[in-house]
Amino acid sequence: MTMPTYVGMPAFPKAARAAVADTRLRGNLAHATGTIRARRAAAVAELDDWAELRAAGKAIKDHTLAHLAHYLELLEERVTAAGGTVHWARDAAEANAIVTRLVRATGETEVVKVKSMATQETGLNEALAEAGITAHETDLAELIVQLGDDRPSHILVPAIHKNRAEIRALFRARMPSAPDDLTDDPAALAEAARRHLRAKFLSAKVAVSGANFAIADTGTVLVVESEGNGRMCLTLPDTLITVMGIEKLLPTARDLEVFLQLLPRSSTAERMNPYTSAWTGVTPGDGPQAFHLVLLDNGRTATHADPVGRQALRCIRCSACLNVCPVYARAGGHAYGSPYPGPIGAILSPQIRGIGSEVDASLPFASSLCGACYEVCPVAIDIPEVLVHLRARAPKRPAERAAMGAAGWALNSAARLAAAQALAGRGRRFARHARVPRAWTDTRDVPVPPAESFRAWWRRTRDGS
Amino acid sequence: MKIALFVTCVNDTLFPDTGKAVVALLERLGHRVAFPPAQTCCGQMHLNTGYPGEAVKLVEAFTGAFEDCDAVVAPSGSCAAMVREWHARLAARSGRERLAERAAALAPRVHELSELLVDVLGVTDVGASFPHRVAYHPTCHSLRMLKLGDKPLRLLREVRGLDLVDLPDAAECCGFGGTFALKNADVSAAMCADKVAAVKSTGAEVLCAADNSCLMHIGGALGRQRSGVRVAHLAEILASTS
Repeated sequence: MTMPTYVGMPAFPKAARAAVADTRLRGNLAHATGTIRARRAAAVAELDDWAELRAAGKAIKDHTLAHLAHYLELLEERVTAAGGTVHWARDAAEANAIVTRLVRATGETEVVKVKSMATQETGLNEALAEAGITAHETDLAELIVQLGDDRPSHILVPAIHKNRAEIRALFRARMPSAPDDLTDDPAALAEAARRHLRAKFLSAKVAVSGANFAIADTGTVLVVESEGNGRMCLTLPDTLITVMGIEKLLPTARDLEVFLQLLPRSSTAERMNPYTSAWTGVTPGDGPQAFHLVLLDNGRTATHADPVGRQALRCIRCSACLNVCPVYARAGGHAYGSPYPGPIGAILSPQIRGIGSEVDASLPFASSLCGACYEVCPVAIDIPEVLVHLRARAPKRPAERAAMGAAGWALNSAARLAAAQALAGRGRRFARHARVPRAWTDTRDVPVPPAESFRAWWRRTRDGS
Repeated sequence: MKIALFVTCVNDTLFPDTGKAVVALLERLGHRVAFPPAQTCCGQMHLNTGYPGEAVKLVEAFTGAFEDCDAVVAPSGSCAAMVREWHARLAARSGRERLAERAAALAPRVHELSELLVDVLGVTDVGASFPHRVAYHPTCHSLRMLKLGDKPLRLLREVRGLDLVDLPDAAECCGFGGTFALKNADVSAAMCADKVAAVKSTGAEVLCAADNSCLMHIGGALGRQRSGVRVAHLAEILASTS
């Protein structure tokens, strides 16, 4: 079973066009994002000191990023001292090669996986499949995506684009243990998945996870989750391999006080997530006896070099920005051509992958700059600011560049602007036939230019005042 | 008080009645209005479309046109936000330190219309009369960059005969977003369709906002559908004595 890759994805507007026309997708997304949006707002409103928590989260991440090399080396030292092994991966291919080699060394051909954005980013499942190793996703939504040969469309709820009727049909078709009389009742669907997964948990010898946080001064790694599948994967197998982006670091355990409040309330709208698993190296006789931590760069160092763009590395993958985004709610996650959809994806993907591909060049423009994302971000990433910054770097069509240059020239002088207005005023009777782009006129009437601009009226009636 | 009007390039060129309404309103309240003739554009379109080099030239032109003024009013939330939140930052990032200082000094004196009325002039009843059912769309940059809050609503509530109705999901973006409306026309139109449905659900005759660019987009769709709902800038309602 392989998941489609993101290579050759079309530009955002083209992919979004199909999503906008998909009635069922629009319904699923509007319902799901609308519900979680309201619940998050209520969970955040419970805390009087949310603004202070948010400022603290930003400050801790900024401090860590400013001293990243120091904290990464400290983490390596502490993980190693606790019996773990640290690996450094420059890019996705290196990370996948390291994990493949480690799994092969165990002699196993199957691994269980905890939901992980880092391994979605590297395409690890596909790389393992090429090496003859089957990866079983154990998060319910990731399982749904994997069974459907589908792509995730949301960071937290990767199958948000599917409703329960679609999930029932998928389980019946692709999950051998699913009962014949399976209904689309959420509890029945969860029970079918639970039975399917339980067999995997009990037989797996190797687990692959991501990490929400790692504590530099203790070498402790953390995963927070809701379903308990993570706890199973992190404790039952003999070997645990964790792939973690280098920006997931925190200096001390004390910093969790801030992040374990910010993350669940922003993400699932819970006061506390049901499962928080933390481990430090290996513990003889308890849990996995081999622990490997793969530290992934994959464009993060390049992102960090940009003083405006680097704030994207503060992201804790809560997906609050997706849930409030009016563009995401209508275009869906797949249009972003990356495991990171929504506003954060629009600033993260073009930075970590580079702005070369068609879809990456289009992502900074996939926003109306309404600012709802910045308002809810628990680490205060000014997403609109980074979008605008990346727009300046994105390649431009020559026709647009010429038009914007001409507009800049006309607007840079009051006399030239007045001349352009006079021209528009004289041609107003032709306005309805003017060559306004179809992108505007398809759905909206065009305003007719007035016979007289404001400045002409002022000059005529008020000159000298 | 002498108040300089930054009419904005969109209002100047396409919606002069909004500028005339600001003049009428402020003069009715006993103030003098000046129109610095060198003014053109705040540079928002260029910055937000990825042309900061063109935008910074317009920052310089704006600063030169207005820096001698004690108070500047702009009948546009997004243009006022561009000046206040972006001008100094953009100049500094373009290596124009002196311009950044000048822009930073000017920024606090630039006000969106409802800010000028409520915060600077201390008035909510401007003596207007507008006997119609009105819904108010807060527009994103007014709401999230300028944080206007309920200032426009406080002004509208004092207008004689005006029946102010709640707009469902008012804080949701209408989908204009400048060149976003063209570059992502399908998503923009989908957002606009939902905004239009919300407006129509209120039974309002008039949709009001503090930004004509958003109103051009929503109004363009309301007009295309022959919905019978028209749009009006906040200034035009506050200037009205009909």
